[in-house]
Amino acid sequence: MSVVSALGHGGGTGTAAPPPSRRARGGAYLLLAPGLLYLGLFFVVPVFALLMTSLYVPVPGGDVGQFQPAFEWQNYVRSLETYWPQLVRSFSYAAIATILAFCIGYPMAYTIAVRARGRPFLQAMLLVLVIAPFFTSFILRTIAWKQILADEGFVVAALRAFSVLPPDGRLTATSVAVIAGLTYNFLPFMTLPIYANLERLDPRLIEAGADLYANGPTTFWRVTLPMSMPGVVSGTLLTFIPASGDFVNSVLLGNNSTTMIGQVIDSRFFKVSDYPTAASLSFVLMMAILVLVAAYIRRAGTEELL
Amino acid sequence: MSADVHVDAGRAEPSRGRVAGPDERRGGGADLVLDRVTKEFGAYTAVDDLSLTIPAGSFFALLGPSGCGKTTTLRMVAGLEAPTRGRVLLGGEDVTGTRAHQRPVNTVFQSYALFPHLTVLENVAFGLRRKRVANAEDRARDALELVEMGHMADRRPSQMSGGQQQRVALARAVVNNPAVLLLDEPLGALDLKLRRQMQTELKRIQLEVGQTFVHVTHDQEEAMTMADTVAVMNHGRIEQMGAPEELYELPRTAFVANFLGQSNLLAGQVQESTGEVLGVDVGGRRLWVPKDRAVTTSGAVLVGARPEKLHIFFADEGVPDDSNVVGPGRVTDVAFTGVSTQYQVEVPGLGTIGVFAQNVFGGRAIRAGDEVMLGWAVRHTFGLDGSEDASAGSEVEDEEA
Repeated sequence: MSVVSALGHGGGTGTAAPPPSRRARGGAYLLLAPGLLYLGLFFVVPVFALLMTSLYVPVPGGDVGQFQPAFEWQNYVRSLETYWPQLVRSFSYAAIATILAFCIGYPMAYTIAVRARGRPFLQAMLLVLVIAPFFTSFILRTIAWKQILADEGFVVAALRAFSVLPPDGRLTATSVAVIAGLTYNFLPFMTLPIYANLERLDPRLIEAGADLYANGPTTFWRVTLPMSMPGVVSGTLLTFIPASGDFVNSVLLGNNSTTMIGQVIDSRFFKVSDYPTAASLSFVLMMAILVLVAAYIRRAGTEELL
Repeated sequence: MSADVHVDAGRAEPSRGRVAGPDERRGGGADLVLDRVTKEFGAYTAVDDLSLTIPAGSFFALLGPSGCGKTTTLRMVAGLEAPTRGRVLLGGEDVTGTRAHQRPVNTVFQSYALFPHLTVLENVAFGLRRKRVANAEDRARDALELVEMGHMADRRPSQMSGGQQQRVALARAVVNNPAVLLLDEPLGALDLKLRRQMQTELKRIQLEVGQTFVHVTHDQEEAMTMADTVAVMNHGRIEQMGAPEELYELPRTAFVANFLGQSNLLAGQVQESTGEVLGVDVGGRRLWVPKDRAVTTSGAVLVGARPEKLHIFFADEGVPDDSNVVGPGRVTDVAFTGVSTQYQVEVPGLGTIGVFAQNVFGGRAIRAGDEVMLGWAVRHTFGLDGSEDASAGSEVEDEEA
């Protein structure tokens, strides 16, 4: 979480370490070199290429997919004008999925870390259950959801029986299915950071809460939850960021009215070879996520805890 | 830790805060009664049928080695542990079945357990806010002044030293004016000098707020310095309870004799009982023990004397009347510590006897290898049950350190 740690440093007022010697600093740079090289080659260069591509114009009289370098910033205006609904939808779906994943993941993490504390075997088994889905491919799991939510499946049958769904109601090819898929697929990314945080929570702080007249719910609200905020922030970011760019769930579980921005970028790149539009949308997505995340971290105010 | 964050930083401030109102201040505490309390963890009995009454307003110390059940006792009073059997009463009211947050009891935890996500002020105000006390913030500030941490109110616990955190933890408990304030080895993590300073400080604060303090410690000096009453615990039971001087001068068990300071314990048999003293045969010598200082008046006994009560003399020197004398023995070790000199004297048939001598008198120098006699006043002698292990409690402090 480079964004988190970078912001975390800004707000810190803690101990200032003495400046390292020149030699120690040289050593540190040497250790950073492979990482920096990797990031330079596979992140900075491609992002720059993407930025350039987003400003290209079609070759006059050229074939489909033929573009030439230019500084056509109108590409951005056109992309946004055409695809803003998909962009907004992506962030809405991602936000709802993140909230749902939090509501499901926090109790899971709390159960494993706090309730099962002192029973290492039980903890290990529950953790395996959280991680086990990763043993199967992401695509396969999403296809499995297609089966679960199918019109003739038991979920739809049950919902129809209880009149939650109308007799001809369905779940596949709806936004409900897409959000359910997103929630499910990114749930471990929410659960594990929260678990890691709660696992480190000193049980004596809970006792101190009880000692200072706070009952169970109050201690949770005043001590446990605020103390686990760094885990919550990490978990929400790890869920929200990939979920907003995701297109697999929308493709497999949605329909034409649930199209997410990832799907648009995918089809612009690979189906119609409209590289500048795809590149500009990618760039907009990246910037939007950066702004949202920065605002969120600022608002969460957990700099000192990170 | 930057330079301005220092424990002594707050000492310049003379102002003392008002924690409780003048009416609440005295008698803010209540009698704490433990009635035949037992705590079992599986097959292990941590606290064994313990009964105890701690009067309101007193400074009470539970002293014992680790694993003696003192912390478990404390946790049962706090409500963090439920007794297997027995009752806990606060001010006459049975609170055995109530939860920790329902009890008017606050704890200063060994690790301080300050909330890292809250400022010092909010830490101290935490209990008041839960009780919805009016002007919680003002009272929290007063409590911080009381422990001389007023200037730290806006800091986070992580930005403070151990000693400062300790004071904040104390303020966080004191501010609630609890019926009983529990201290779980609160000075254990501090260095020696700071610990001494905090001992005096704790005593001052206790007198100032007039609350009942129950202090758990394995440090006998700490217990004796601060507490009005000390209970020595061993294996989940109270060995002996009383004022520090009383425990020290007249231990009733070998464990107390050895755990609280040091003792020379000599095994013997009671041979005669005349008037107010017992005549005890110890390795062929006759030693005298006052009857009112003996646990038993017949059979096997341990004759005890504290090392500083003993004096060393040469065979050609006289001893006062009413003295118990053993020897001759050979000096095996001489350790000069400044204010006193510690001698180890090997007496054939009795083993090694320790002597602390104040460095006030001149006289003949005593060196290792010298043949000497040992004497002490009969009124300083105490008698213990001879079936006890004479070394009980003497090794514990080494394990602890």
